[in-house]
Amino acid sequence: MSETITPDVTIDARGAGCPGPLMDLIGKIKKADPGTVVELQTSDSSSTTDVPEWVEKAGHDLLDSVEHDDYWSLYVEKA
Amino acid sequence: MTRIVIVGAGTGGVVLANKLADELHAEIDAGDVAVTLVDESPDHVYKPTFLYVPFGKKTVADAKRPLTELVDRRVDLRIGRVTEMDTDAKTVGFADGSTLAYDYATVATGARLTPEEVPGLVEGGHHFYGPEGAEALRDELAAFDSGHLVLSVVGVPHMCPAAPVEFVLMADEWFRQRGLRDDVDITYTYPINRTHGLEPIAEWASERFAERDIRAETFFNAESVDPEAKVIESMEGTELDYDLLVAIPPHDGQPLIAEAGLGDDGWVEVDKHTLEAARAPDVYAIGDAADVPTSKAGSVAHYQAGVVAERLAGSVRDAVPTATYDGKTMCFLEAGMDEATFVDFDYERPPVVRDESRPVHWAKLAYNQSYWLTARGTL
Ligand SMILES: Cc1cc2nc3c(=O)[nH]c(=O)nc-3n(C[C@H](O)[C@H](O)[C@H](O)COP(=O)(O)OP(=O)(O)OC[C@H]3O[C@@H](n4cnc5c(N)ncnc54)[C@H](O)[C@@H]3O)c2cc1C
Repeated sequence: MSETITPDVTIDARGAGCPGPLMDLIGKIKKADPGTVVELQTSDSSSTTDVPEWVEKAGHDLLDSVEHDDYWSLYVEKA
Repeated sequence: MTRIVIVGAGTGGVVLANKLADELHAEIDAGDVAVTLVDESPDHVYKPTFLYVPFGKKTVADAKRPLTELVDRRVDLRIGRVTEMDTDAKTVGFADGSTLAYDYATVATGARLTPEEVPGLVEGGHHFYGPEGAEALRDELAAFDSGHLVLSVVGVPHMCPAAPVEFVLMADEWFRQRGLRDDVDITYTYPINRTHGLEPIAEWASERFAERDIRAETFFNAESVDPEAKVIESMEGTELDYDLLVAIPPHDGQPLIAEAGLGDDGWVEVDKHTLEAARAPDVYAIGDAADVPTSKAGSVAHYQAGVVAERLAGSVRDAVPTATYDGKTMCFLEAGMDEATFVDFDYERPPVVRDESRPVHWAKLAYNQSYWLTARGTL
């Protein structure tokens, strides 16, 4: 299914330092227009729980989460 | 003659110019290379000083030095506001209509504060991220003897991810020393589900917040402020009453970045290792202006300046540039008024936070003093 999602914006937060992938995602989402699909690439396993939790709380949509060899792609659509 | 132009003479720009002057001194003296450093202000501002201004420990004047004192004489200093960059014609344009041609350009224009992005924040909030804000907050804090102090991290990304944690820990101790802590409540808000983006720092901070009776409100992304009712409301639907609101305001890059097509959301899109702009040839970006997955911090600007200096020196000599940035970041963290710790990490190595101590606090203050030598390239 993920193969069919074409993100509008990709954030390469693999190996991200401070303040981390979720903060990188929030920074982009805040400035994006509603409906924008953002792909967050992250090598930090805690993102796979942090991101869905925030996305739900903030009312956006997690479209998919795909595990690659050494990172995850999380697809989020801004509400 | 190879023309190297650096736009912005903050931490990154000054270190880069001085490193180039050192590295390429023979070529510059022979007239084969010219390095021009541009800033809209004749003064260099060292922002980390602003953290100490609200508590009366430093003044805004302490943060400023004339650029002429800091920059190598081989560098041409040009004072003027850059309003455009034409990456096809390879020129930068100034507010007065003049232009400057380059062979290589580096964008080092830092971040600017945009509190107007959040309705009510300009009227209702204070901050310590710029000179006027820090001074106004100092006066406000001096008169504040009871009530609810809320520190809200609003801007994502923002400069120095450590500063908000430092501010509340310092405020706690400052009120204690003045015998007012029992009458002051302190709340810290953060956008995600813990007190800091990095887990080790979040753990360190949460432990100290609990010990010192600082309340943490997580998953809090400020949406609006009502300055009359003194309420701040989040996107997640939480409302907080405050008596004194200190916000880390929203940040943005300089308008010229988006206008030059170098990045969509204010920051220059770069390769996170080579720091080359993704959308224009022979353009680099360093420091806060560059969109890399690490802190907007002076140490980052400094390390990146070293990498770009090496790459540019290589290009001038027709060698393939090989130096790369590995994400190296170093940040001091004040734990109160007289103890501090520090963290360092890179793209591959996660941060480790050590216990705070007095020597590290003094090291931070000493670093801030010796910064003026570091920027000159002496250290
Ligand atoms: C309160 C506070 C505390 C901090 N504490 C720390 C700390 O303890 N440790 C740490 O590592 N970092 C800290 N930082 C962050 C650090 O100050 C910045 O990350 C650093 O200054 C970035 O350097 P820079 O060269 O990218 O940008 P800056 O130093 O901001 O310089 C940008 C320069 O570009 C110029 N400029 C901008 N636009 C134009 C234009 N259009 N034309 C001409 N000139 C232009 C500006 O005048 C400025 O001189 C702190 C920041 C703040 C606000």
